[in-house]
Amino acid sequence: MELSGAEIVVQTLIDEGVEYVFGYPGGAVLHTYDALFKQDKVKHILVRHEQAATHAADGYARATGRCGVALVTSGPGATNAVTGIATAYMDSIPMVILSGQVPTPVIGSDAFQEVDTVGITRPCVKHNYLVKDVRDLALTIRKAFYIATSGRPGPVLVDIPKDVTDPRIKVPYQYPKDIKLRSYNPAQKGHLGQIKKAVDVLLRAKRPVIYSGGGVILGEASQALRDLVERTGFPITSTLMGLGAFPMTDPRFLGMLGMHGTYEANMAMHETDVLIAIGARFDDRVTGKIEHFCPHATIIHVDVDPSSISKNVRVDIPIVGPVGSVLADMGRLLKEHRQGPDTAALADWWRQIDEWRGRKCLAYDRNSLLIKPQYAVETLYKVTGGNLYLTSDVGQHQMFAAQFYPFDEPRRWINSGGLGTMGFGLPAAMGVQLAFPDATVACVSGEASILMCIQEMATCKQYDLPIKVVLLNNGYMGMVRQWQEFFYESRYSHSYVDALPDFVKLTESFGHVGMRVENPGDLEGAMREAFAMKDRFVFLDVVVDPAENVYPMIEAGKGHHEMHLSPERELA
Amino acid sequence: MRHIISVLLENEAGALSRVAGLFSARGYNIESLTVAPTDDPTLSRMTLVTNGSEEIIEQIKKQLHKLIDTVKLLDLTEGPHIEREMMLIKVRAVQAGREELKRLTDIFRAKIIDVTETSYVVELTGTSHKLDAFIQAVPEGLIVEVVRSGPTGIARGDKGLTL
Repeated sequence: MELSGAEIVVQTLIDEGVEYVFGYPGGAVLHTYDALFKQDKVKHILVRHEQAATHAADGYARATGRCGVALVTSGPGATNAVTGIATAYMDSIPMVILSGQVPTPVIGSDAFQEVDTVGITRPCVKHNYLVKDVRDLALTIRKAFYIATSGRPGPVLVDIPKDVTDPRIKVPYQYPKDIKLRSYNPAQKGHLGQIKKAVDVLLRAKRPVIYSGGGVILGEASQALRDLVERTGFPITSTLMGLGAFPMTDPRFLGMLGMHGTYEANMAMHETDVLIAIGARFDDRVTGKIEHFCPHATIIHVDVDPSSISKNVRVDIPIVGPVGSVLADMGRLLKEHRQGPDTAALADWWRQIDEWRGRKCLAYDRNSLLIKPQYAVETLYKVTGGNLYLTSDVGQHQMFAAQFYPFDEPRRWINSGGLGTMGFGLPAAMGVQLAFPDATVACVSGEASILMCIQEMATCKQYDLPIKVVLLNNGYMGMVRQWQEFFYESRYSHSYVDALPDFVKLTESFGHVGMRVENPGDLEGAMREAFAMKDRFVFLDVVVDPAENVYPMIEAGKGHHEMHLSPERELA
Repeated sequence: MRHIISVLLENEAGALSRVAGLFSARGYNIESLTVAPTDDPTLSRMTLVTNGSEEIIEQIKKQLHKLIDTVKLLDLTEGPHIEREMMLIKVRAVQAGREELKRLTDIFRAKIIDVTETSYVVELTGTSHKLDAFIQAVPEGLIVEVVRSGPTGIARGDKGLTL
């Protein structure tokens, strides 16, 4: 088969089984768009800004576990995509980004819409390529998919100059089935000796904690994690990225840990004698001050990326390998072991944890005349019965959702954890809704975040995506305002969102349904009404208490045991 | 502590900037970096000199290894090794100074490879310490120009850093 470069781009996507490409056309990718036009196997979704193309591909990848694909033009197309690429990179999301480039003869001449895309994206991709010869194109795209989806996943960008896609130049095409790179060999299995050592330590533990992260979801290891908890009876906490890998409604789940984690999870971290970190990376929002982190613990760390181990926190028993395979080996060794967990010590430990739970650290004022954002998220749970894909933007609403919406399955909670990208939620929800057309998909957002990618309501209209936006509208950049209240003597410098649009009218102008709720008594009814509109995009503008803060809170640079609870709780 | 790290890299466009970018992005020290293709034209060999605590060096090695273009890596300072750096130094050489600089060159077993009526270019190879010592020994005010290659190195013994 002889194909042009443009046809090769499309054919490789077909051969990879790609369902959707999220993109935006432009000069440097016109040949490729022409090739897309002539086929119907790969569906192209036209976004309204390239940032949304990468976020939508990202949302698709997070919900399905498959590789997201974005297609953008050179210059501004590529630079607009960078925020979404960096977002995916920080959360290790498999994504392939195909970017157009100016023709090879003019590269380096400051040509129209030229930018050094490979240079700009280098620090925020797992790898990237500039293809200078059409004969290298198929193999390079194959490598990109392989690298993006194997080991610790991540985004891979392929920059393709326009002349490489020239429809007049045809070359023999065969998609390489098997691929091997001599310089890239991600770990396939954990070291059995290390796993055995870990098992011995786990079985001697008096106050163990399982600290699970996004890697468990990325590594499809939720079941293995559940088996580990089942077998040991150990308490488990999770990072923001790991929520849902273990059922959050299970009594053995302590809630999220870290800066806005629960009192019981953070206290358990502080007092634990054996910590097993699984697919988690000891992020500063999780550890707090490193010197105070798990001061009494022997630390076991399971991760597929060796550079994650002992990066921030010195680890005693490192295990490098895919979490699923390591947990399976660990389960087998635990089963074969003569001795079981120390049940007497565990019973004491659980008594201690229950005492911490008794502080009810997430309690809030339920008699408020204003809608509390916590109440809004609880109502969302009540109305959807937990059967929901929930994307989020970044800020207070994100933390409230993580605290008050218990996810029992992986890949249901989709948010930008590492980079903290405002504007992520709506385009990510598009990717999720396209992947699961019959599923209920909602985006919880704030009035500041949503405006960063509001143009995507047009994309939702074009493709009839019945997403529900639940806007927790407090008129502030809530998290910024909270920090200013705590650390800048309430000088609310530029955190007030003045001149907000009428979201109902705005939504209607895009051809969707807009609703607004101001009273707690009306919320549940409105939400039920919104979610009953199965085939419509509904924007629910929920006016919430502008003064509410996210608690518990560990200030940056403090330890887990130095949490603030809400003022009411502190007095209790 | 000072470490000399040898890296076998795919000889691809951009491989060098990936390494350089890694060091600047993560705030690692880099004293010198040399790179050239090997006998296998698809591979480049890079020698990096860096310093930091053991934890930092460990991270540097892991991060270098994580680069897709990195094939193999060896911390030369972990075992017996040979280190060599080359220097070309141009010195002002007039009157009595000419003889003195000639003697100095002999003492360091260096070579004078260019001569004019007023200058020498001296070529000197050795450990970085030896090159430092030579610079120290040149009488003040006579150095016109110094060019150093940065150290390269190889492990002692019969094993090689190859595929």
